Amino acid sequence: MQKSLHIIPEKCTGCTQCEIACSMQHDGIFSPSKSRIRVFKFHDEGRFVPYTCTQCSEAWCQRACPTGAIGINGETGAKVVSDTVCVGCKVCTIACPFGTINYVADSGKVAKCDLCDGDPACVKACPTGAIVFIDAQNTGFERMRSWAAKTDSGTPAKA
Amino acid sequence: MAWARKLLRVNLTTGTCTTEPLNMDWAKLYLGSRGLAAKYLVEEIDPKVDPLSPENKMIMATGPLTGTAASTAGRYTVTTKGELTGVIACSNSGGFFGNELKNAGLDMIIFEGKSPKPVYLLIQNEQAALIDADEFWGCSVWDTEEGIKAKHQDPFIRVASIGKAGEVGCKFAGIVNDMDRAAGRSGVGAVMGSKNLKAVAIRGTRGVRVNNPAQFIEAVNNGKRVLAENPVTGEGLPTYGTQVLMNVINEIGALPTHNHRDVQFVGASDISGEAMHAVRKDGTKNLVSNAACFGCTIACQRVSKIERSHFTVKDRPQYQIASGGLEYENAWALGADAGINDLEAITFANFICNEQGLDPITLGATIAAAMEMFEEGVITLEDTGGIDLRFGNAEALVQITELTAKGEGFGREIGLGSKRLCEKYGRGELHMGVKGQEFPAYDSRGIQGMGLTYATSNRGACHLRSYTVASEVLGIPEKTDPLVTEGKAGLVKAFQDATAAVDACGLCIFTTFAWTLEDIAPQVDAACEGDWSVDAMLELGERIWNMERQFNLAAGFTGKDDTLPKRILKDAAKTGPAKGRVNELGKMLPEYYELRGWNAEGQPTSETLQRLGLI
Amino acid sequence: MQAPLTEESSKVETVYRYVVVGAGPAGVTAVENLRRHDPEGTILLIGGEQEPPYSRMAIPYMLVGKVGEEGTYLRQQENHFPNLDVKYQHAMVLHIDAATKRIKLNDGSSIQYEKLCLATGARPIKPPIPGLDQKGVRHCWTLDDARKIIELAHEGADVVLMGAGFIGCIILEALALRGVNLTVVEMGDRMVPRMLDPVAGTMLKRWCEEKGVTVHTSTRITQLESNPGETEDTLLVDLDNGEKIPAHLVVVAAGVKSNLDYLEGSGLATDQGILVNEYLQTSDEHIFAIGDVAQGPDFEHGDRVVHAIQPTATDHGRIAALNMVGKRTRYQGSMQMNVLDTLGLISVSFGEWDGRDKCDQAIMCNETGFQYMRLEFADDRLVGAQCVGRTAHIGVIRGLIEGRVPLGAWKEKLKMNPYLIMDAYLSCAQS
Repeated sequence: MQKSLHIIPEKCTGCTQCEIACSMQHDGIFSPSKSRIRVFKFHDEGRFVPYTCTQCSEAWCQRACPTGAIGINGETGAKVVSDTVCVGCKVCTIACPFGTINYVADSGKVAKCDLCDGDPACVKACPTGAIVFIDAQNTGFERMRSWAAKTDSGTPAKA
Repeated sequence: MAWARKLLRVNLTTGTCTTEPLNMDWAKLYLGSRGLAAKYLVEEIDPKVDPLSPENKMIMATGPLTGTAASTAGRYTVTTKGELTGVIACSNSGGFFGNELKNAGLDMIIFEGKSPKPVYLLIQNEQAALIDADEFWGCSVWDTEEGIKAKHQDPFIRVASIGKAGEVGCKFAGIVNDMDRAAGRSGVGAVMGSKNLKAVAIRGTRGVRVNNPAQFIEAVNNGKRVLAENPVTGEGLPTYGTQVLMNVINEIGALPTHNHRDVQFVGASDISGEAMHAVRKDGTKNLVSNAACFGCTIACQRVSKIERSHFTVKDRPQYQIASGGLEYENAWALGADAGINDLEAITFANFICNEQGLDPITLGATIAAAMEMFEEGVITLEDTGGIDLRFGNAEALVQITELTAKGEGFGREIGLGSKRLCEKYGRGELHMGVKGQEFPAYDSRGIQGMGLTYATSNRGACHLRSYTVASEVLGIPEKTDPLVTEGKAGLVKAFQDATAAVDACGLCIFTTFAWTLEDIAPQVDAACEGDWSVDAMLELGERIWNMERQFNLAAGFTGKDDTLPKRILKDAAKTGPAKGRVNELGKMLPEYYELRGWNAEGQPTSETLQRLGLI
Repeated sequence: MQAPLTEESSKVETVYRYVVVGAGPAGVTAVENLRRHDPEGTILLIGGEQEPPYSRMAIPYMLVGKVGEEGTYLRQQENHFPNLDVKYQHAMVLHIDAATKRIKLNDGSSIQYEKLCLATGARPIKPPIPGLDQKGVRHCWTLDDARKIIELAHEGADVVLMGAGFIGCIILEALALRGVNLTVVEMGDRMVPRMLDPVAGTMLKRWCEEKGVTVHTSTRITQLESNPGETEDTLLVDLDNGEKIPAHLVVVAAGVKSNLDYLEGSGLATDQGILVNEYLQTSDEHIFAIGDVAQGPDFEHGDRVVHAIQPTATDHGRIAALNMVGKRTRYQGSMQMNVLDTLGLISVSFGEWDGRDKCDQAIMCNETGFQYMRLEFADDRLVGAQCVGRTAHIGVIRGLIEGRVPLGAWKEKLKMNPYLIMDAYLSCAQS
């Protein structure tokens, strides 16, 4: 059974420990701007929404990549950018309708959530259990995926 | 490592921004934030300078841990000579601004001079520029912050700004970042306004490195675990925020009420943390959620929404939003001290403080002093412009708060702060504070150690310089009797030194409900070069304390200023467990001086200064 | 894997269940999806160039040395096509006989198909300007072009780039990074006129000029003379403003057109490209067309358009494959979207970026900061957008447009502050 990130925004306090941990895990530096998970704040509503890639099965980013730089980790199912193959053309960043693959000017490549090879740093860092890593079937990502299907070019999304 | 090793110097007179290397010799002695900024201030300004003159400087500083994964490590301080007090001011704020400053590759910004016209500073990593702020001058903090983000089309820009209050010279104007996080006390916003600096906007993406990442992460994780397992930081603060204290402090008879005439408030439970959780008539609650500052695993911040039908907001949709809710200090000052038990009205006044950049403690305390003078007939309806300024009048609180924020009508008088206001009306003894700064929410007749804390605080009366409430009321790290004076001199000194060290790291003082320096030193030690043992941290704290003291003495203050108002020293508490008590400062102060290595006049001896490397 | 031989022709003729012509992104995506959905059927992929399937999108990065030639290959794992049991063959298609389901190749062979997919792409337009046949004049379209440009565009070389459209601008960056002395000549009144509006296109021009690139807009090249003398600049580029610019290399990027020549006599309906329906079928039900050669339904209004962009190519490839294997799948239509990095200034546009008559829009411009954002609405949803100087989470613009997400109260907020697009997306589409 593959696992996926399950986000429960109601539990999020907006502390951004997830961002801090993600940037250290991937870039060896504390830098929220480099994080592949971002917490969006709706100040006037007192609401915080952590947001990252759903590892959707129809991976727009992967399909749009002109150099095949985005592969699938066989164990986790994560769509993973190969830094050696990515040329930095940014087509994936406009192709992904979730906006979860982003260009990083410092590296000249794109970056996205790779599930940390199955042990996500954001999950470990979250103090409130707002981000958990659980069996894919139990997650609310079905909802996001079905929404994804609406933006697809005609194919029903698959779980 | 941990330090960015760079500071930005902004000369507002000439409009230039230049970077320079951080003085690492000083960093090793003063660490960062409160400590290092004070060192720069001490070296660069004449302590006798007029706080609002161009010769005063204002420093925004991060600590070495700011921007790292350490819990609560998002803080920054504003250090300057305080307009409210005339002593060294160091106001500390959370939110996300401090992290952004560090991520722009800067440890601190030193502002000097005065801009000929309103400007704001925009920092985008290595680029820094002063930009004309005409379009934002006169705007609230909220509009300025949104306006700057919109102008530069970047929701991730972090802004610290002054509201109208800082522009019109309110003596207790603060600097507000992230909409409702504030460097609130001592009038740092008035200094910023006097320099024609409206805002500092930062977008930093460079990141923060630490010396030994693996060791650091381990120390950080240990620290996070301690916070999570502690009943105060793991449960009390996230659930009730600091407002968990309202009923507790009222019960022990240390809740200053009616400008400290009383020590218990009958309406305390109406404005308590529990009340914020209560379901209102319309089915909603005052409290929307808790929230966290950068990297904070405690999340004590309150997010509140005022009841839609309440008189304060029913015709004003711009305030029908969720925003920063009541902390204990604010609820006390705007509530109990003014005798007001209308939770929604107090929440509204607190919104205005955030929106326009006011220190709610000094505001509430000054209104309370004005109310006492109003009831005595010293201040009249004519003076107030028709506002019925009696204790308990929630509508008057709201009106006066808005006038003060804009510097209009009687609000201009309130904007003087209670010391100047009371002196102006010939009742100087009604100023409830020390060195010009009003007391926070603990009456030191009921918590003896807090009397010494207030009297000796380097920034005027303040609970955040040595929070002996932790020991005397909450039993942290061990319980002491709040009504005895014995041992309090040592307790205060220890808390003062430890607090200065924690502040210098860039951490939040609330961690110390659970953490001791045993938890903090390993985090600093892994992040920074050098040896940062517990002993080194304590010495650091003591060094900072004495340096601040030296500044104040050079500014013209003496041991005679280490005192409390007559009301606290002479008028006994009327009710509660402390009934019949006054604060017995005289029993504690000499011992404190001795423990500090100061002479009988409260001056550090040359041996002390030498030992700490201050001469 | 080969189907039984037939005896109709004197030559041995092969029958494939699927033949895909063209080994660009569309064709390669098609064969991969064919294999995914039909593990058994025989598949032939025909590439027109003597190269492994590669990506034209990656050529600029090869020009600046960020990747080698192999870095442009569409699939870089070894034996990708053999592993998929896809036969890859280099050849040009000369003729299609739809009636007998045969294609004729330039090596004289012919191949029989059950389903044919045409992904023959586009080729650069050679404008009718005298002198373009000289040495030192190149398109920048194929790997072979790229090799020639690398030879000529050395540091300090005088280079003229004809056209500042999308492709021109991508090459512009590569040439500038190679350190050439670059002059850009564009007929339109701004840069990338088919991707950005005058404000944004002019902003790009100003950015390039600040980076030391000479940009002429509203200017035509009238002819290329040969430059006498001993310098390496063998060309003299005449502009309609009277200027004559010496050049060692002239790169022509004056637009592309679909490759249709080989369709003569096939009976397939064509216009700008091969006309296809919402199942990407051509006028012959056994023949599909995808990518730059296909003129298919547009997302917004269903009109047939050629959207010569990478995401459309791969979407086409995937949907066509499903239909070819018999999984009837309707294509919602393609949307124009582009992302361009011009010497570090990144711009994007989506959908109806130039808006519709009498519809609401949101515009935010920061000239000094090189930031621009323009959103176009129809009723309460987003139909188009363009941004300069912003990349974070930019894909949600596609999500909002293609998801036809009602914006509700967020439309007014966006009209005030278009930069809050991500907040609007999270509020409207994800909660």
